[in-house]
Amino acid sequence: MAVLVVADNDNAHLRDSTHKTVTAAKAISGDVDVLVMGQGAQAVADAAARIEGVRKVLLAESADLGHGVAEAQAATVEGLMGGYDAVLVPATSGGKNYAPRIAAHLDVAPITDVVEVVSADTFVRPIYAGNALETVQSSDAKKVITVRPTAFKAAGEGGSASVEQASAGANGSGTAFVSEEMVKSDRPELAAAKIVVSGGRAMGSAEEFQKVIEPLADKLGAAVGASRAAVDAGYAPNDYQVGQTGKVVAPALYIAVGISGAIQHLAGMKDSKVIVAINKDADAPIFQVADYGIVGDYKTVVPELMAALG
Amino acid sequence: MKVLVPVKRVIDYNVKARVKADQTGVDLANVKMSMNPFCEIAVEEAVRLKEKGVATEVVIVSIGVQQAQETIRTALAMGGDRGILIQSDSDLEPLAVAKLLKAVAEEEKPDLVIMGKQAIDGDNAAVGQMLSALLGWPQATFASKVEVAGGKATVTREVDGGLQVLEVPTPAIVTADLRLNEPRYASLPNIMKAKKKEIAMKAVADYGVDTAPRLKVLKVTEPAKRQAGIKVENAADLVMRLKNEAGVL
Repeated sequence: MAVLVVADNDNAHLRDSTHKTVTAAKAISGDVDVLVMGQGAQAVADAAARIEGVRKVLLAESADLGHGVAEAQAATVEGLMGGYDAVLVPATSGGKNYAPRIAAHLDVAPITDVVEVVSADTFVRPIYAGNALETVQSSDAKKVITVRPTAFKAAGEGGSASVEQASAGANGSGTAFVSEEMVKSDRPELAAAKIVVSGGRAMGSAEEFQKVIEPLADKLGAAVGASRAAVDAGYAPNDYQVGQTGKVVAPALYIAVGISGAIQHLAGMKDSKVIVAINKDADAPIFQVADYGIVGDYKTVVPELMAALG
Repeated sequence: MKVLVPVKRVIDYNVKARVKADQTGVDLANVKMSMNPFCEIAVEEAVRLKEKGVATEVVIVSIGVQQAQETIRTALAMGGDRGILIQSDSDLEPLAVAKLLKAVAEEEKPDLVIMGKQAIDGDNAAVGQMLSALLGWPQATFASKVEVAGGKATVTREVDGGLQVLEVPTPAIVTADLRLNEPRYASLPNIMKAKKKEIAMKAVADYGVDTAPRLKVLKVTEPAKRQAGIKVENAADLVMRLKNEAGVL
């Protein structure tokens, strides 16, 4: 039984979440193909062909696929499902957007945000913001699965799969792409960064957030994150949000500055390897999950940290 | 223009979910229940469309236990016009919910369905997209801004790395993200008024759709707890430990 992994990409680059989803797929089947959907995405397909253990790469291209129009993405995958027993999609905002459509059209239950593959039909997924883990067994013949990338190791490089063309599915719904506005940044992508520096409501203003959090992140080559409270207050863009309602991250090092540690924030970062908390309230819940804590005002601690880093 | 807003009764946002000792699920006995926060945002958006004169009627629908009437009342107090409760004592999967909502949409014929992007219990973020697929109506998920005019909705969406704008012809499905709006608190006079608004009571069987579960929950467990670490005295000590002890710098 072959399985299909859908690549996460921006038409030019293959994202690391694809490699992680391939690892999840290999736990289900030895025959793993990768589908790349985009426009002008040959380089992405070539990169996907180099992932270790991939049998072949399918490349489907159209303007709608290049813009990530869900109706066209789902139709493309549905057209291929005759040859596969399962499709695995990275649980990014792009993947979450179209994967449930495939499940609806196939009349199967989607299995979302999988963090562990127990067997070909049994999976573990977080519920209630990660406060509980549910083990579910699917009775559907075909499975539509979204995979939480941070829960799996990335598959290695060194493969040499062939790349074949596949038909792009039709949009068919009248949805039209108008425009997009991407945050330009030289920093690593939040979901894939090895180090993340996050700021909370204690920053007090957008200016302070930029003055304190961003230089520390840049010194460490880190991505910048924020708590929901900081985002709601307008100190940081929503794209920075780490938590149940934002991004789930699991970097090697997570530094929380002025973040109290609400349940909803912890849900997004508690799987980080090492957590550092800087907070002036010694009783803040963030210290219950932090490996290293400094009780103190970030206004003095962060400059000291910058100095200590040299 | 008619707007349909599906809402879900879930564990209150501020309550920490606790796993039952027998691993059969999360303990909801005597736990405060509220409207799912993303559903509140959807209700608010629909009511604002009505206040702007774009929408003429806002219909609230919920699927759940008898007490989900309270959730519908809350939405009516915020400004919804009438409600529909499809009673179900079992927790239905997203596929079943999408099928029931499709049947409701075919009956009610709304121009727009606005709903939360995900419920904070199952955390699937799937029903809106599945409803769109089943109805064949366009979808615009994770919305942070919605403008409706001339038979079209222009929706700004939160996507990985930034924002995307889509234009969808109505009827369409929009799912609400956190920054779409800040929901209002219902005023006391509006809470009183909502008591007189109509809620139609329905049963799952009324819609003739297959709601049998496809997933069997084998167990529900607590995630591994993180141990609290140590407090360090100063930044220099921290950097030394991150380098030598943790090896992450």
